[in-house]
Amino acid sequence: MNDVSAPDPNGPEQSTRARVAEGLARRYRRERRFRLLGLAALLFGLGFLAVFFVTLIANGHSAFQQTRILLDVELDAATIDPEGRRDPIALETANYQGLIRDALVARFPAVTERRDLRELYALLSPAADLEVRKLVLDDPDVIGETHSLWLLADDDVDMLMKGYIDRDASEAGRRLSDQQIGWIDALVAEGRVDRKFNRYFFTSGDSRDPELAGIWSATVGSFFMLLVTLALSFPLGVATAVYLEEFAPRNRWTDLIEVNINNLAAVPSIVFGLLGLALFINLFGLPRSAPLVGGLVLTLMTLPVIIIASRAALTAVPPSIREAALGVGASKMQVVMHHVLPLALPGMLTGTIIGMARALGESAPLLMIGMVAFIVDVPDSPLDPSTALPVQIFLWADSPERAFVERTSAAILVLLAFLVLMNGAAILLRKRFERRY
Amino acid sequence: MSASTVLIVLLGLTALAYAAGRQRAIAGAGSAPRRTYHSLPGYYGGYVALWCLLPTVCLLAIWLAVEPIVLKAAVIDALPPALQALPEAELGLLYNDVRNLVDGNVVFGQPDPAVVDAAERYASLRSVSRYLLAATVLVAGIASIAFAYRRVRPEMRARNQVEKAIELLLVAASLVAILTTVGIFLSVLFEALRFFQLVSPIEFLFGLSWSPQTAIREDQVGSSGAFGAIPLFTGTLLISGIAMLVAAPVGLMSAIYLSEYANPRLRNYAKPLLELLAGIPTVVYGYFAALWVGPTLRRFGETVGLDVASESALGAGLVMGIMIIPFVSSLSDDVINAVPQALRDGSYGLGATRSETIRQVVLPAALPGIVGAILLAVSRAIGETMIVVMAAGLAANLTANPLEAVTTVTVQIVTLLVGDQEFDSAKTLAAFALGLVLFLVTLLLNVVALKVVRRYREQYE
Repeated sequence: MNDVSAPDPNGPEQSTRARVAEGLARRYRRERRFRLLGLAALLFGLGFLAVFFVTLIANGHSAFQQTRILLDVELDAATIDPEGRRDPIALETANYQGLIRDALVARFPAVTERRDLRELYALLSPAADLEVRKLVLDDPDVIGETHSLWLLADDDVDMLMKGYIDRDASEAGRRLSDQQIGWIDALVAEGRVDRKFNRYFFTSGDSRDPELAGIWSATVGSFFMLLVTLALSFPLGVATAVYLEEFAPRNRWTDLIEVNINNLAAVPSIVFGLLGLALFINLFGLPRSAPLVGGLVLTLMTLPVIIIASRAALTAVPPSIREAALGVGASKMQVVMHHVLPLALPGMLTGTIIGMARALGESAPLLMIGMVAFIVDVPDSPLDPSTALPVQIFLWADSPERAFVERTSAAILVLLAFLVLMNGAAILLRKRFERRY
Repeated sequence: MSASTVLIVLLGLTALAYAAGRQRAIAGAGSAPRRTYHSLPGYYGGYVALWCLLPTVCLLAIWLAVEPIVLKAAVIDALPPALQALPEAELGLLYNDVRNLVDGNVVFGQPDPAVVDAAERYASLRSVSRYLLAATVLVAGIASIAFAYRRVRPEMRARNQVEKAIELLLVAASLVAILTTVGIFLSVLFEALRFFQLVSPIEFLFGLSWSPQTAIREDQVGSSGAFGAIPLFTGTLLISGIAMLVAAPVGLMSAIYLSEYANPRLRNYAKPLLELLAGIPTVVYGYFAALWVGPTLRRFGETVGLDVASESALGAGLVMGIMIIPFVSSLSDDVINAVPQALRDGSYGLGATRSETIRQVVLPAALPGIVGAILLAVSRAIGETMIVVMAAGLAANLTANPLEAVTTVTVQIVTLLVGDQEFDSAKTLAAFALGLVLFLVTLLLNVVALKVVRRYREQYE
């Protein structure tokens, strides 16, 4: 090599080998740095994932329980059914609110001032009487007896029991007065306050009272929407993929369709919402806030995903199968319908499930078509106004009450559970039917 | 008789048609003298069934599309002249009342006797129309079954015809993809053009002030409304820029680590976990950004002495960046893996270390693909909606300071369109103009990115 024989400017003792050795340490240091940098980047992403789940679970788990207060309610016949005829209408409209308020006052007889009474009544949820009414309607024989009932507490009491309200804050700075906290402490000391399973969260619709708010109507709305999406996008997507992969000639038109599908997959979801608003609602006059329109919009979004997955599944079927079928005299259509399609179906289903999972988590286009509404009732059909699970999360995230924070996190956990379930099913399907030719 | 009943009857008829066609073929083949049919019996059944189904379904669809128009004209024609003279919009409301009355929905106030009359007329007309529809469809169905049934003969090539029909259905399905794109483009374009009749495109694209609130009355203060979208564009770029500052290095370095350094076991676990980030719904990221990242940044800013807005561009950008990490990393991972091993071996042979090989050989070779991946990620960031709706501001500030609140194109589209809106106000139409810009920009980014990636792939194949 030239280097060795050339005169060295740094003196004769600095040989090439020494220079390389000196540089080597530096280069190895850089190597280690680079490698650590890569590891750090990976850990950053995974670390965020961990923080994410820990925060959600830490915030959300408490929403699955809610505080109830044990009170001895006298189901006074004179109040509920003064005429004694057990008339269902009379039973339904009786003053149950008064009964549970009497029960509260019976427990705290010292409270007489109007203002104090109002604070006392505020310990219970405004809908606590509905449960008493249900008890009476289910079995009118309980009238006249005194029952110990676990009545639903107000969300502020619930927050206090879960430790989200700071007892040391000034009285004006928290949602419960000193007096109310005193009553609650007295009830706690008697063991009359406890946390029970939060039924409302799973069975009711949205509500302005956090203790009554639930995800059921949003879940049903999402279900109807996915039903519409699945019914439209699966047949359309599979048919398109089969045509493009098995029948279509390679020409300008099919190229155009291909480019279109690839680009549709990357169009921002909100643009699909604009399409839904302008086309389905404004032009076709379909109802606003309906899962049908939501499903149509999501269909257009999911279609490219399904088409791309189905085409991949079709290309994975080896040509030898097609050739064998053609060789024994099957027509082109018979080859596809009898041999290729059944083999590609698991792959297509996997892609469909993944597309459905994405549709389930989507919310931006639904805001455009009016699904961001305050929906209390559970929708009965895809034409009823409804909301969707992610949109419900969006709505709750905007609500100021502290109790909605834990409900939002809990709703997210439910949504993630659905997504994990769907993706798990997809992975299972792939594992079960995956075939290497 | 409702349309769905008609449809169910029709499906029953179709099943009958299938059975009839198939039976005729079987009977013909089994009788003496034996005749050889061209196709299997099922194809003759399918032939008759298709003849029954296709024309009648078309008829049904056309009928249901035309019926409301005819009904409306007939009902309005029969209204008293005083009501007929109402302006278009009020007439529409009145007609809605009529329909609500028929469907048993709650109608506000005591209905006008004329409206009640109209409702009765509507109901009777509709039921006549539906009976007529059922009769027409049934007759048409039976007639075409009879026609097709008579054609079931040994020499008729039923299979070819059925297969042709199925292929046509497949073609029709694949046209939906094109129709969707055209539909998006046209629907957004038309509304945007209506907007540009009210506001000049120059003002929209180059104006510096955005305040879309237009007045209800003429004499209100600040009623003009300003539609200069530059603050929205800069806000979008700012937030996407921050997101890319997070996602590009982290995604790229993770991809390098996973493909070049990690052992297969780590790779098997870490890669799907990282891709899990892409599967989390964006509304969840938005919630996270609004509730935890924003306030944390603000508190941190207070301790350092910086004034951080609680809906700062930084918070939204950071969270969005985390969301896009998997887009960058999985695409770059593919691209890096596609670099031929020979290039690496050559570099090692010359004595380069691994990191030197990656930086000086692998990355330059993979650069076009990585650029494509990053372009795709940028288009994702620009179109992202929920994170910015929940965590970015509403006020259109023209600023480059990431600590201030800015708004984006998508946020404005959502705020303009959520709630009630009329389709003739500039405020509503502005959302479509913004949507058009968004659509065109993301389309351009995608086309370029896909081209770049494809050309790169061809290079090594």
